[in-house]
Amino acid sequence: MTAFTGTLPLVRVALRRDRIQLGLWVLALAGLMTMSANGFVGLYDTQQKLEETVAILAENPVMRAMGLASGANVGALVMLRALPIVAILATLMSAMAVVRHTRQNEETRRAELIGSAVVGRHAALGAALILVAGANIVLALLVAGGLMLNGLGVQGALAAGAAVGATGISFAGVAAVTVQVSERSRGATGLAAIAVGGAFLLSAAGNVLGSASPSGFVVHSAWPAWLSPIGWAQQMRPFGGDHWWVLGLFAVWSAATVVIAFALERRRDLGRGMVPERRGPARAPNALLSPLGLAWRLHRGVLLAWAVGVTVFGATFGAVSGAYEDIIAENPDAAEVFARVGGTEEPTEAFLATIIGLMATVIAAYTVPALLRLRAEEADGLLEPLLATSVGRASWMLSHVTVVVLGTVVLLLLTGVSTGLLAGLAADDVTGLLRSLTAAALVQTSAVLLLGGVVLAAFGLAPRFAGPIAWAAFAVALVAGPMVGGLVDLPRAVLDLSPFTHVPVIPAEPFEAAPVAVLLAVAVLLGAAGLVAFRRRDLVLQAGEGGPHPFALRGLRRPPGEGVAEPLPGA
Amino acid sequence: MLNAIAASNLVKTFGATRALDHFDLAVEAGEVHGFLGPNGAGKSTTIRILLGLLRCDDGDVSLFGGDPWRDAVALHRRLAYVPDDVRLWENLSGGEVIDLLGRLRGGLDARRRAELIERYQLDPTKKCGIYSKGNRQKVALVAAFASDVELYIMDEPTGGLDPLMVSVFRDCVREARAAGRTVLLSSHVFADVEALCDRISIIRDGRNVESGALSDLRHLARTAITVETERPLTGLESLPGVRIIALDRQRAELQVQPDELDRVLRHLTGFGVRALTSAPPSLEEMFMRHYDTSGEASANAARAPQDEAVAG
Repeated sequence: MTAFTGTLPLVRVALRRDRIQLGLWVLALAGLMTMSANGFVGLYDTQQKLEETVAILAENPVMRAMGLASGANVGALVMLRALPIVAILATLMSAMAVVRHTRQNEETRRAELIGSAVVGRHAALGAALILVAGANIVLALLVAGGLMLNGLGVQGALAAGAAVGATGISFAGVAAVTVQVSERSRGATGLAAIAVGGAFLLSAAGNVLGSASPSGFVVHSAWPAWLSPIGWAQQMRPFGGDHWWVLGLFAVWSAATVVIAFALERRRDLGRGMVPERRGPARAPNALLSPLGLAWRLHRGVLLAWAVGVTVFGATFGAVSGAYEDIIAENPDAAEVFARVGGTEEPTEAFLATIIGLMATVIAAYTVPALLRLRAEEADGLLEPLLATSVGRASWMLSHVTVVVLGTVVLLLLTGVSTGLLAGLAADDVTGLLRSLTAAALVQTSAVLLLGGVVLAAFGLAPRFAGPIAWAAFAVALVAGPMVGGLVDLPRAVLDLSPFTHVPVIPAEPFEAAPVAVLLAVAVLLGAAGLVAFRRRDLVLQAGEGGPHPFALRGLRRPPGEGVAEPLPGA
Repeated sequence: MLNAIAASNLVKTFGATRALDHFDLAVEAGEVHGFLGPNGAGKSTTIRILLGLLRCDDGDVSLFGGDPWRDAVALHRRLAYVPDDVRLWENLSGGEVIDLLGRLRGGLDARRRAELIERYQLDPTKKCGIYSKGNRQKVALVAAFASDVELYIMDEPTGGLDPLMVSVFRDCVREARAAGRTVLLSSHVFADVEALCDRISIIRDGRNVESGALSDLRHLARTAITVETERPLTGLESLPGVRIIALDRQRAELQVQPDELDRVLRHLTGFGVRALTSAPPSLEEMFMRHYDTSGEASANAARAPQDEAVAG
């Protein structure tokens, strides 16, 4: 028996288990790329518009961080705006899938069962990598197809697909290593996410520090971009030279990470990691001993990470906003593009309003999964023993809601304060910008909390589908919102579906209480509906656990109507 | 005596599956009540209804005379629950979970907590994410037995424990009974139930098939007899109330109904008994009788070691 015996049957099992989740990921990512291309092809119908926009995006150091300019054609512009985000999402898809099929199996003890059958030591990891590589190849083909559908060139489309797929595969390799290092699936996912963040920062730094070509349409990145697979994806320059040789870097990276992962796997025991788990206290601090204390403990780690993230992000964009004004001032045509989102002709205000709106949308990606934790606690069987104590359902649910709602408000507050403070220092107007941008961020709370209300209603009314419903609502809010839908000129009726469309864009627009109050009222109503429904319904555990097993008794069951085996003697 | 738990005619359906079908359960205050049934028979569903986690479709259920759905919070101060597959928050330590569950039940005896951690040989500083199943069970058991409550509801609490820990668990249950507490013990492990329980209820396909004092039930079930004789045994087949498990000329293993014992022994002495052993009916034998159609399984079960679980 070799170390890889049984890999192929495990691939089939993994495919069977993951066909819906992974399938949805692939379709959503290919769809995102296709939709972005569709938007840009429609919007940039003249060469003049294209050149103006690309010139700004190539020149402005902040915009460079978000994407790499490779030429004044619409394909290259689509890559500039959409390639990094699609590639990053592909890395997350790949890393999470690898963790699901390796470390998570070990945690749930499925791996022991599998490991006792005729399978080799490396079969599970091998199967996970084959599955994820396959998903990335399908994603690559769909991305290429989607771009071709929009009339973009075949070679560039194929290069774009390859760039996305190769980035995904390279982080499957990263996750293969992190699952060896960390003892728990959350830790492995966290380490992989940190690697993704680091790779993005390197690529962004390389682009920011790079230089624009004399034409003004192409940016040559500095060396940090070449240290990162997310940087490589951009350096392939689809629709801007199609540098296929960059795939060689991906190949070396992927092979190296996979070899390291298998080497580490040979040296560790099943269920254990390279880094041992830290110990905890033997007694609980008093602060933990209440539903609210427990909820805070369960949410605080993630919240803290987000707080650091939004503060750094806000401060960075606040600091560069001063330079932004000079750039825009020299390109009056370009100002219009940014005024669309920012809602004002005044360039710095438009820029800052755009940033605040973008951050609010991103912060919803904290709120939605944090509230979905309610469902996870229920489905995983953690809620059951808790509700068997004197904790009532409402008090349990409201303690989580309290922590997440306050967390959301704090994140938006930090966004406004950090952006406003640094922008104010740059513009010599600390009080004014601090006040207006903090207000701008806080009014966005209403839209984010409306999404939170949807999650709570889904949790109460349709617990089995809470996850899909919540993420679908988030997707609609994002796609129909001003950040995406507003840029590509979606019809007003579609834009109105997103709560973010209805939030007044401060400081460009005056504060209006009515839309904010309506959003908050709807959020409260949805949340209340969720709470009432949850108090009245049965607990719903995960399928196959705790519930009845209609077939479990097959061998012992008798046909109905036969009664007990034999009458009691003497009865 | 006052019933701690009284349920009658319980009905609960999940979609097309009828998990409980007019099920009855009565647990007297101060007794240890065994709750037996194969996987999927409805044990956990019953317990979840008793805890107000599920609402029954029909029937009456009361816990200390209260409604477990409506009065859940007040009733839960008086009980401790140990689920069958204990799941805990993976970034909390075992000690933290014990304190948390104890406080949320209304208080925890610190000295008893320390003593139980010692007895169960639990390391309370480990994070729950890396505890084995048995250790997670110990966390739940320590939290339960360190709480000052009137009723313990335990769903297969010894599944992941080693024999040493099972004996600690049995001691804890005996101490609870001595202190006048009530225990509802759902289990597959006959040895636990035989060692601990005053009365049992057996559930199958969501219906109550047997309940009563263990000694009464035993009285109704067969006695196992092994006999060796000087002359080859004949005529056993024609005796009423006898099940032949094995027959090898001068040696036989039999199961005999209590009211036929006398007649069977008279028959056996006719062949010159050289050796004879008899064992009271085991719980396992009674249990198998209710779940088995062909009779073969019951014969096999009679020979199987008693500690072995029936299923799962």
